[in-house]
Amino acid sequence: MLAARAARRAAFAAARTAVCPRPLSTSACRRSDALFVHRDTEYNNPKIPFEFTPENRKKAQTILSHYPPQYKKAAIIPLLHLGQEQLGWTSISVMNYVAKLVEVTPMRVYEVATFYTMFNREPVGKNFVQVCTTTPCMLRGSNEILDTVCTHLGVKPGQTTPDGKFTVVEVECQGACSNAPMMVVHDDFYEDLTPETTRRLLDAFAKGERPKSGPQSGRHTSENSAGLTALTSKPYGPGEHCQPDFQ
Amino acid sequence: MLRLVSAASKPSSAGRLSRVVCSNCSATIGRRTLASTSARSADITLTVDGKEVTVPQGSALIQACEAAGATIPRFCYHDRLAIAGNCRMCLVEVERSPKPVASCAMPAMPGSKVFTNTPLVHEAREGVMEFLLANHPLDCPICDQGGECDLQDQSMRYGSDRSRFHEVYGKRAVENKDLGPLVKTSMNRCIQCTRCVRFANEVAGVEDLGTTGRGNDLQIGMYVEKMMDSELSGNVVDLCPVGALTSKPYAFHARPWELKNTESVDVLDALGSNIRIDSRGVQVMRIQPRTNDAVNEEWISDKARYAYDGLKFQRLTTPLVKDGDRFVPATWEAALQAVADGLKRSGATGDEIQAVAGQLADTEALVALKDLVNRLGSDNTALDGGRGAAPPVAGVDVRANFLLNATIPGVERADAILLVGTNPRHEAAVLNSRIRKSWLHTGLEVGLIGARADTAYGYEYLGDGARALADFVAGKGTFAKTFQAAKRPLIIIGSAVAEQEDGPAVYNALAKFVEKNKERMLTPEWNGFAVLQRAASHAAAYEIGFVPSKHAAATRPKFVYLLNADEVDPAAISPDAFVVYQGHHGDLGAQLADVCLPAAAYTEKGMTWVNTEGRVQLGRAAVPPPGAAREDWKIIRALSEVLGVTLPYDDVLAVRDRMWELSPTLVRYDVTEPTSVGVARAGLGVLAEATKSTKVSGAPLARPIANFYQTDPISRASVTMAQCTRAFVRGEDYDDAARATEAAFG
Repeated sequence: MLAARAARRAAFAAARTAVCPRPLSTSACRRSDALFVHRDTEYNNPKIPFEFTPENRKKAQTILSHYPPQYKKAAIIPLLHLGQEQLGWTSISVMNYVAKLVEVTPMRVYEVATFYTMFNREPVGKNFVQVCTTTPCMLRGSNEILDTVCTHLGVKPGQTTPDGKFTVVEVECQGACSNAPMMVVHDDFYEDLTPETTRRLLDAFAKGERPKSGPQSGRHTSENSAGLTALTSKPYGPGEHCQPDFQ
Repeated sequence: MLRLVSAASKPSSAGRLSRVVCSNCSATIGRRTLASTSARSADITLTVDGKEVTVPQGSALIQACEAAGATIPRFCYHDRLAIAGNCRMCLVEVERSPKPVASCAMPAMPGSKVFTNTPLVHEAREGVMEFLLANHPLDCPICDQGGECDLQDQSMRYGSDRSRFHEVYGKRAVENKDLGPLVKTSMNRCIQCTRCVRFANEVAGVEDLGTTGRGNDLQIGMYVEKMMDSELSGNVVDLCPVGALTSKPYAFHARPWELKNTESVDVLDALGSNIRIDSRGVQVMRIQPRTNDAVNEEWISDKARYAYDGLKFQRLTTPLVKDGDRFVPATWEAALQAVADGLKRSGATGDEIQAVAGQLADTEALVALKDLVNRLGSDNTALDGGRGAAPPVAGVDVRANFLLNATIPGVERADAILLVGTNPRHEAAVLNSRIRKSWLHTGLEVGLIGARADTAYGYEYLGDGARALADFVAGKGTFAKTFQAAKRPLIIIGSAVAEQEDGPAVYNALAKFVEKNKERMLTPEWNGFAVLQRAASHAAAYEIGFVPSKHAAATRPKFVYLLNADEVDPAAISPDAFVVYQGHHGDLGAQLADVCLPAAAYTEKGMTWVNTEGRVQLGRAAVPPPGAAREDWKIIRALSEVLGVTLPYDDVLAVRDRMWELSPTLVRYDVTEPTSVGVARAGLGVLAEATKSTKVSGAPLARPIANFYQTDPISRASVTMAQCTRAFVRGEDYDDAARATEAAFG
């Protein structure tokens, strides 16, 4: 599937260079990082069937039951998440299926799915590596982490490794700034990264392991890494400083 | 100074403001929004730029400002669409408000003080304009909207003379979408006002258009590759405030300042939509809608808008006389003499002289032709298509029997509509949008008897013919119960019903039903019996009695005069009959003719048209008729002289005097004259009596229009309509050649 995409892309690039553009425009055109229109491909077209598995169908019913029947469309986002969980990404068939479930025209689902960047409308690798590059992480060296990930896997942000194991993307703040820099793999946060720990994590993922999530520096959550400077004494227990009557 | 908002500036449907239309209401699913109508409550008074103004409660601030005479720039706000509030161009200052407020999304509050002309407002507008222009290409010289572009005008008026944006990456680039053969897209120019999206979802009922992506990457489209399949799609061209959506057939043909604007009336359906014909020299360059809240609001159908290129092709430009198996050009004298000779040679007398009028015949011509035929001793005046050659089922003595008595705006007041043998989406596309509007915003219930159709609103399907109607009349089924409980029930009968086998039976059942429910269906305020005509000429023809007598209908004509009649059945005309065709297109009728007399099309003559509700409107000539073509009534007047039965009118005013004699309503323009309850009841009584002995065969009521885009000689000659037929009706690739030529322009 991914190979097919690569071949398609190569053919497209060749076609683009073959048609020599007229040298009139001087400024580069500004492209968005994702395509906001759908193109039928052999791996992503409305003819490919999609349906929830029986367990997911049950979950979908639970999700739908949270909303009044006339506001079924409120369930679009959770149902799309469920679909993405099942398939690994949000194909056009997933969107059409969700539209049918919530009884809206498919366009209303497309609007939602294209609005949120966390719906992957293109297939992603087995391990979806999201490296945070927002300011706090950047100040703590996320550029270096991103470089490490990219050179280690041999891809650029937004690309998938040829073996289909990894997709790397840059993301905005994930809310773990106190443990910057960080990345997200499989919905797990890997924090306090250094180039070494990053490489170690990637190697573990490549072997199919699930390394322990959380700070990779050994500290507990977001405690001071140099040891506690306050609240060092043992916290007093219930009733400790109370009148004897109450002890 | 106290000023009241005039009725014209009020929204035509109560409480359209501040009501957001949710869009889970497709015709197939048949669901609709929860939004209810907002109660029309007391007026409120506020101050705009020091002027006191009174507006209905619930009005947007922008309407209050307009009422006070202040001009507010806007892109996303539109009177007839839901409020989006996303262009921010309409910012005004409100006292005690810390920031400027978007006046379109802000309800007018009593006692508030609004300023529209302060430094803060100027600065805000300039800033908004700067943002809008940051990504807008500077291609006005090659943009079709140039000269009539809201962005161009408003940037001149409110914008800065320079920009502070110097993005190294250049401007945003968005790929163009293929919306079909009518709407051309240039999405780089889009400012994301979402007017087109709101129009498609609310008015047209095509819920495929939307916004994808977000922020700077937001774009308008369908996400999947799809065309905009709607009979009203051309209206997004008018709505687009920039050049992102322009007219494909008109692309690069003219600039607005070169065009002469003529206000006229559309005749390609029976609604009489008000149009503006833009012409350059002798050519019609484009057709746009003209606002008339009583008829078409602000919309026209794609056929009305784009069929004008049919006026250039297949035209009859010179009189033609058949010589053997081919036509030979002739002078008018020779042609008229040939008609006179033909009449003599055919030996036709009395009712053997038949006049057949088509869909595009104007009222003056109908009157002149009827007078001529009557003077020749014949009563045989027929209409083409269906059972036009027979006396009409409903009769023509009472107007209420053949008109849309509820009137077009009145359709919106109905709370239950039964459609019988009609698909308004094809027969009257703009009326259909009114039904959809009412269906979305009120509790309107719609039932349908006849062929199933995609109507753009949900309906209950009752059955395909007279049997289903019998069940309905008997009160069987949920819709019948809803209808019984409705305060303003409306039955819309398609014009095709009369042409069907079970037509008389259907009319009989409906006439009796209306009589039975007369306390709700026939009151001084409400007439729930409505016939929806689909041909522009038919209401006028019935009005003047252009119908055959019983004896005439049984006569086999030897001399046939076809006036714009192209829907005739060739087999019905005997081979030895002498046939004259008068019209503007070499369509079917001309092929049958022995003599062709070239006449003017609707854009070339200022004539009277009567629409389906009986509203009389005057068209105006925008361009001269081509070649030797003449106005229809003049041809008939000239012919009458050659035939020796000279008609007594020499100018169009005299013809209209004659029309006044026939029916005074024909010279009372732009109004609908309601029929009184007594007369309407009498008319229905006559109708029921005339059709009482008919039997129900159970045959389904067929739909009269299979292809919306090609229904008359003009649209059949139109290249654009042919492309639409390929794209939307047959689902083929509509035109690669056109795309190639467009590619050359970039």
